[in-house]
Amino acid sequence: MASVKFDRKIFEKEIGKLNEELKNKIALFGTTIESLNEKEIELDVTPNRPDLLSYHGFRRSFLSFLGKKTGLKSYALNKPEKNYEIIVSSSVKEVRPYTVCAIVKNLEFDDNKIKEIIDLQEKIHATLGRKRKKLAIGIYPLDKINLPITYEAREPDKIKFIPLESDKEMSGLQILQNHESGKAYSHLLAGKIKFPVFIDKENKILSMPPIINSEETGRVTSKTKEVFIECSGFDLNLLEKCLDIIVSIFGEMGGKIYQMKVGGKVYPNMKIDENPISLERVNKLLGLNLKEKEIKDLLEKMGHSYEKGIVKTPSWRTDILHEVDFIEDIAIAYGYDKFEYKIPEISTIGKENSEEIIKRKISEILIGLKLIETSNYHLTKKEDQFVKMGINEKQEKNFLEVENSKTEFNLLRKDLTHYLLKIFSENIDNEYPQKIFEIGRIFKLNSQENIEEIEKLSIGCAPGNFTEVKQILDYLFKNLGLEINVKEQEKAESFFIEGRCANIIFENKIIGYLGEIHPKILRNWKIKMPVSLLEIDLSEIFKKFN
Amino acid sequence: MEKIIESLSPNERKILPYLEDNLIDICKKSNLDKVAVLRALEYLQNKKLIEIESEKKKIINIGLNGALYKKKGLPERRLLSVLDQRRILSLNEAQKEAELNDDEFKVSIGVLKKKALIDLKNGKIVLNSNKEEITKKSLEEIFLDTLPREMENLKPEENFALNELKKRRGIIEIEEEKKIAIKINELGKKIMNSKELSKDLIEQITPDLLKSEKNWKGKKFRRYDVSFSVPKIYGGKRHFVNSSIDYARKIWTEMGFEEMKGNYIQSSFWNFDSLFTAQDHPVREMQDTFFIDRKIENSNKKLIEEIKKAHEKGVDKSKGWKYEWNLELSKKLCLRTHTTVLSAQTLSNLKKEDLPKKFFAIGKCFRNETVDWSHGFEFNQTEGIVIDKNATFQHLIGYLKEFYKKMGFDNIRIRPAYFPYTEPSLEIDAWHSEKKVWLELGGAGIFRPEVVIPLFGEYIPVLAWGPGFDRILMDYYQIKDLRELYKNNISQLREIKTWMKN
Repeated sequence: MASVKFDRKIFEKEIGKLNEELKNKIALFGTTIESLNEKEIELDVTPNRPDLLSYHGFRRSFLSFLGKKTGLKSYALNKPEKNYEIIVSSSVKEVRPYTVCAIVKNLEFDDNKIKEIIDLQEKIHATLGRKRKKLAIGIYPLDKINLPITYEAREPDKIKFIPLESDKEMSGLQILQNHESGKAYSHLLAGKIKFPVFIDKENKILSMPPIINSEETGRVTSKTKEVFIECSGFDLNLLEKCLDIIVSIFGEMGGKIYQMKVGGKVYPNMKIDENPISLERVNKLLGLNLKEKEIKDLLEKMGHSYEKGIVKTPSWRTDILHEVDFIEDIAIAYGYDKFEYKIPEISTIGKENSEEIIKRKISEILIGLKLIETSNYHLTKKEDQFVKMGINEKQEKNFLEVENSKTEFNLLRKDLTHYLLKIFSENIDNEYPQKIFEIGRIFKLNSQENIEEIEKLSIGCAPGNFTEVKQILDYLFKNLGLEINVKEQEKAESFFIEGRCANIIFENKIIGYLGEIHPKILRNWKIKMPVSLLEIDLSEIFKKFN
Repeated sequence: MEKIIESLSPNERKILPYLEDNLIDICKKSNLDKVAVLRALEYLQNKKLIEIESEKKKIINIGLNGALYKKKGLPERRLLSVLDQRRILSLNEAQKEAELNDDEFKVSIGVLKKKALIDLKNGKIVLNSNKEEITKKSLEEIFLDTLPREMENLKPEENFALNELKKRRGIIEIEEEKKIAIKINELGKKIMNSKELSKDLIEQITPDLLKSEKNWKGKKFRRYDVSFSVPKIYGGKRHFVNSSIDYARKIWTEMGFEEMKGNYIQSSFWNFDSLFTAQDHPVREMQDTFFIDRKIENSNKKLIEEIKKAHEKGVDKSKGWKYEWNLELSKKLCLRTHTTVLSAQTLSNLKKEDLPKKFFAIGKCFRNETVDWSHGFEFNQTEGIVIDKNATFQHLIGYLKEFYKKMGFDNIRIRPAYFPYTEPSLEIDAWHSEKKVWLELGGAGIFRPEVVIPLFGEYIPVLAWGPGFDRILMDYYQIKDLRELYKNNISQLREIKTWMKN
């Protein structure tokens, strides 16, 4: 989701007064108002509509949505004049294979329009361009350039020019190392032997995409009347869409668009997309009963045209993949607020997951014993899972980590036990006795290195001793109508007191443990009360009831 | 009046005769401790028999050292009397003879010098005053003799003495004392003198008392003050998040939905690819999603082919995303970013003859986030799908409206939205009638053909939604900080209200 800011005065003059009704229309168009003040209006634009990322693009579509100037828009394309050409060298194949270009004349820039174009460029870089990874755009004042232009790749030390926002000449590598923009995007050229550049007829470097333009030829000012535009990247189809979005905005500003020859082809083409639509499917999916004329009107409100089952769509719409995309446009034009709510009478039988039912029963039994249910994160810290539990992390293998966590929580919890102790340690000032339980999922790697997600139950008492927690265990299983045994642990868990801990055995399988927590562990957690605790794998219990 | 007398507790009865005494005497005479007496007085006040006026007063008391000095004399007095005999003394001798520790000695010299009673010359102390001046009691000594005193009404010279003594360790202590004055009103006086007071009332009912009818027949039971507050007790309880999830679960099952369950750790294939989320979509970056450095193979080769085709070229006349789909990327594991992954899996297991079907899920999802009051790396989502050949956009809104009505939001609105896997898509807002704002609840839509066809085999409308759940929880429990949901503060868990909606 990208947000865009428009000048409020211009907005109100050209589109309409921002009263409640218009604000509501903006939301119903799918662009929520993020903020609104005296000077600016800020809108959220969804990623499928990069054509709305500038004021002129928004105005074009929104006025049409409001019923003014509806239907398919087009801008005249002028054939390439002499020298309107880009020579694409084969050297770019390895580094940044494609470019598409255009020239726009007859422009009248002011500060607002320049800002709009720069903002649009940046928003497209961030969204469609995936932070310039997929594409980068350059816009240059044509009067500083001698056509034709060559697009080629050069060794970095053979690239020398003064980049924007700098006053001295730098080499390709210096730009990556020292220039702000170079540093920010250097990863996009990392490891390349040659860097791509646009060069004019006089061998002047215009830019080094996707990093930076030259100071001399790459700065559009209010005096600029004619511009050269290039988009470079890896996906020709996407580049064309991007170029079409930008030239269409220039067109909307009153510019005269000229095509250029690029490596034997001609761009931009602004090819109108033609697709069939089934009126029956439209009505069926939306639950409406629209007539052909109505559908035609609605499509035109969204900037399409319709004739005899065919929808024509302007080339700058990147989001039309399938008929359903027209159906959504029709729904938006119809008005999301006008749809009726219906619940069909279809007979289906509701059903809870059986494990959830068993978990709830267990909770009910434990609540009867005045236990309080807790709920913890599934991610945990190594410090809590291992160090404080007296476990040497280096000897642990069967745990799972997440990559690049933004917090210290970077481990999937292996048990609930450590989290219950954490709760006790964070509640030393609250009234005792504290009896708590949690039912939740833990994660581990089994002996075949497969990931297992297991539902577990853990119960803790503070103050608590072995008897107390065993009483709870006995009561629980008696209520479940199941028989269990406990057997002393031959090798005590690191956190239990030896001789005061046992395995819980159900149908000849060890399903858990119970015991008294060792004072050294209580000390790690700064717990001042004796604690006894149990933890059970519920899988076998689930099986029993299924 | 009789009613009041019958409601007097044993302790109230015990202190009633002595109300005209001061607190200490009431304690002595009634043989009760101060706490019990104060409580009984409060009950009497509640019964409107007396009025208690209390005021807090600062009392100056003699401290530990002060008590000692009162016996032995202040250190400077002791030094002065040694000097009185010898006039000139070395520092060491003086300290020794006056039996002062270092601290006391230092202070004494300071004090005496300040009063110009002594001089220090060449390491010796020289007495500098006459007998009269020496024997005269200092302001401090005079003040000390008057303690304990109330802080108020000190004379200026007493204030001076207080400030001097306050600087020195342990001589005086200032305590806050609650002083009470009991005023007995008409009714109170009447009751104090009532003969009824001596009447025998039954207090606690004990098994012994119940043994024989004669123990209670014809007798009166002491009346209780039923409005009095009792000590708190706490029961066992579900965690409030889970109990509200259970409520939502009930709503969905009542509406004929079947529960879906599945793993938290999912392959990118299921979490993203099956939901037509292009492989370079920003959500698939480590910035946003928790990935695990492991891979898992999907054994369903046919499904993989279909998904690949949907992404690369599209299915059913769709253009697809037009890129080269990478099998390896789809194997990478992640923590599920939405419960929609369960809908995709469910859809892939459905047969045409099973339809129509409705499914729901409520569960944890994950995103790589920092933690603050409005962000967390775990959140709850409620998911639903309706697979029905006649399903429409209006039904989608209908189901959502019904669900939110049961969750307590009568007024919802929908806006256009965008998700890679639904079209048309919508965003649901609910009107918060107290805060007078629209709450953003989350997204919904109809699965795209590019999702349904590979998973189910043909296109059929699948209504789908996956709004977050935590915002409703926070609103209901008036929790301002997301972190509080999983803080597990036991006293909060004990006190928090039960989820109640209907």
